[in-house]
Amino acid sequence: MAILEVENLKTWFHTRDGVVKAVDGISFDLAPGKILGIVGESGSGKSVTVHSLMGLVPQPPGRIEDGSAHFDGSDLIRCAPRELRAIRGKRIAMIFQDPMTSLNPYLRISEQLIEPLLIHGLAEREQALKKAIAMLEKVGIRDAAERIHSYPHEFSGGMRQRVMIAMALITDPEMLIADEPTTALDVTVQAQILRLLKELQADLGVSVIFITHDLGVIAELADRVVVMYRGHIVEQGDVLSIFDHPQHPYTKGLLACRPRLESTFKVLPTVSDYLDEMEVGGQVELSEKPDAAAHIESLQQVADSEIDENDLLLEVRGLQVHFSERAGFFFGPKGLVKAVDGISFTVPRGSTLGLVGESGCGKTTTGRAILNLVAPTEGSVQFDGQEIAGFDAAAMLPLRKRMQIIFQDPYSSLNPRLTIEQALTEPMSVHGIGRHHAERRDRAAALLDEVGLDARFLRRYPHEFSGGQRQRICVARALSLEPEFILCDEAVSAMDVSVQAQVLNLLKELQLRRNLTYIFISHDLSVVKFMADTMAVMEGGRIIEQGNAEEIYANPSEAYTRRLIDAIPRDSVSFIRERVG
Amino acid sequence: MWKLIAFRLLKAIPVLLIVATLTFFMLRLTKGGPFDQEKPIQDEAIRKQLLAHYGMDKPLSSQYLDFIKNLVQGDLGPSFKHQGRQVNEVIAEAFPRSAELGLWSLAVAMALGLAAGLIASLKKNSFLDYCPMALAMIGICVPTFVMGPLLILSFSLELEWFNASGWNSLKDRILPALTLGGAYAAYIARLTRGGMLEVLSQDYIRTAHAKGASPARVILHHGLRGGLLPVVAFLGPAAAGLLAGSFVVETIFQIPGLGRHFVEAAFNRDYTMVTGTVLFFATLIILFNLIVDVVQIWLNPRLRST
Repeated sequence: MAILEVENLKTWFHTRDGVVKAVDGISFDLAPGKILGIVGESGSGKSVTVHSLMGLVPQPPGRIEDGSAHFDGSDLIRCAPRELRAIRGKRIAMIFQDPMTSLNPYLRISEQLIEPLLIHGLAEREQALKKAIAMLEKVGIRDAAERIHSYPHEFSGGMRQRVMIAMALITDPEMLIADEPTTALDVTVQAQILRLLKELQADLGVSVIFITHDLGVIAELADRVVVMYRGHIVEQGDVLSIFDHPQHPYTKGLLACRPRLESTFKVLPTVSDYLDEMEVGGQVELSEKPDAAAHIESLQQVADSEIDENDLLLEVRGLQVHFSERAGFFFGPKGLVKAVDGISFTVPRGSTLGLVGESGCGKTTTGRAILNLVAPTEGSVQFDGQEIAGFDAAAMLPLRKRMQIIFQDPYSSLNPRLTIEQALTEPMSVHGIGRHHAERRDRAAALLDEVGLDARFLRRYPHEFSGGQRQRICVARALSLEPEFILCDEAVSAMDVSVQAQVLNLLKELQLRRNLTYIFISHDLSVVKFMADTMAVMEGGRIIEQGNAEEIYANPSEAYTRRLIDAIPRDSVSFIRERVG
Repeated sequence: MWKLIAFRLLKAIPVLLIVATLTFFMLRLTKGGPFDQEKPIQDEAIRKQLLAHYGMDKPLSSQYLDFIKNLVQGDLGPSFKHQGRQVNEVIAEAFPRSAELGLWSLAVAMALGLAAGLIASLKKNSFLDYCPMALAMIGICVPTFVMGPLLILSFSLELEWFNASGWNSLKDRILPALTLGGAYAAYIARLTRGGMLEVLSQDYIRTAHAKGASPARVILHHGLRGGLLPVVAFLGPAAAGLLAGSFVVETIFQIPGLGRHFVEAAFNRDYTMVTGTVLFFATLIILFNLIVDVVQIWLNPRLRST
């Protein structure tokens, strides 16, 4: 007997550009005490599915056209708002993707934690507060009795997600919906949160729907898996069979495109290597490419270019960046934050240095200091034999052309009011590349082509593109000045694994074609392993381990590095077989 | 918090000094003086005596020093126009009337503006949104010197509900308060709508819904605080302006308030009166901005740590 039975659910959005069938006739069950993973890329309809169950779809433009969702005698789709409110937050609780924005910044943690108990009349204030403190301790927040009176901004991202979990589970719900709860977190924090969820699930016996774009997370956690693509379920089954014998080409692609520690791919397979989409009479038909297996085989044959270890493009010696912490208006510096505390490394021309560590370890500041976007306090940065540390804006200008940067968030790093043409030609006109605008526009078109986008996109605005397309545009913008060096600061961290694979392949391809040198900053070691030749692990502003990337993965000498490697979700079939027993 | 308030009050001193100095010298730079009217004083001896009485025969630098010396003691000096009266007295007499009108107007502005803005934001893109927002736009576009006479025309002259002018009974407060408050209500309505729409699209509002909170609770408990922050920021300077009096409204309704002194003093080159009212207004602005900052910190915990 399932705790939740969803049948033929259809949620469509009626927009100005026509009907978007976000969820189009899906059915699945959730067994009591089990974890169901729903996996798919952005726009596949997985979030809309659970929002439909919870009555959280904005209507209009959304409308639930058809279907039912039976939960203990009630149809969540058809029941009255009052009835649904009595279930929501009490018997079915939910946690969301972004812990930074999902807690109310104006209310104390305590207020928000006890709210579900008060709303549903489960406890009096005093008693609720006691329960909330106990719950906070349970999700691993120390000094809960004191910290419960803090505001959300005083907590880190991982701690806020713990608070969200405590808030969801405080009413002892029968069912928990987790909508990408770890996507916005570092790999190490993700591992902690996943472990916590697993423990609590086993402890409380709650049934869970877990939504993610990452099959690795599913492998760690789920009992059953639903794979969604374009509003449909393309495949569902128990976790072992999905990983062991994926049937649908989309599932195969999704499994293959994760960079793995143990794989030696030089080019990552992508979903489109497996999946053929053909439009037949207005319907999209999905089929497997006939030559997929052979193609994947050939990807492994691609060879790396030769790197001359002595031809250094970048040499950093004893770099320090200190920030002073101000106490107030009257008083001088209170303390010194040593964001980067004396680090040294070299990057040979045409190679990639991976810079890894958790949030706050100083890796981003290091990158910015190299580009003089923040002023280094101490130390030397030599670029192509020239000392550039502490250069001011004017002195850096000629170098900006040669040193470019790609940021994490492609949504906020493109000006929404500039067309793609303007975004791509602006750096060229600043640096006097191209004689007139027509020439620069032609170059921009060629750049779009090089990053795999249509030249007709030049006249569009950023909001018309998906996240992956935008990051390609950011790559094109960085390339527009024909740099020798590109700093990729968490350039793929905000992306779905399937899109991530495409962008990583693009960056690699460009490196080979143009002999580019990268510093690749990431918290995800599997991504760095794929990209980097050498690697440096940072903790607390210092490099604690550096050297050949392959060797560090094989034999990490520091416990911290070990921890980062262990945090990567394991998704081997043998691991899953062992886990599900 | 107390440190912030003390610091801001300390910072106000140099600001006021600069305002006083600028006003002092700008007035002296303008053509004409307090004794140059349509019928200038012909008798040279009387003129000299007058100048000497007000200390204007001394060099400008010592006039300035005297002015600052008196100012520090809180004395704004004698008025040039209102003979035998001190600027302090005039302000003390007129300000309560302007302040009362301002408070009534503020009440009207808040009540109308918040209600209209809230309704509009909750019923986005419906009749209940378009209608109040169109009214608000009209309220912003129609100046008080048109709105005031229109109200007088319809409610005093036609319907004879209210007096056309005067400041005696409580009833006399209604039309001026509507005229002055109406314009501010329009701004507040637009700010409230914008602020609420912004907040209601936030992720934490979805979280509140997911907890099973009722729509009313979501709006009042989770939405209002953040949604009203832009209104609060606007209210500081607005309240200062309202309390200091409105020349137009006070003239239309014949209210002997501070706003009229402000403008008339400038016409009359009543040096001390102008500096006095300007400084008074500047003080109000500083005070209300401080109050707004304190309220914002109280509303928004993220501002407290810095």
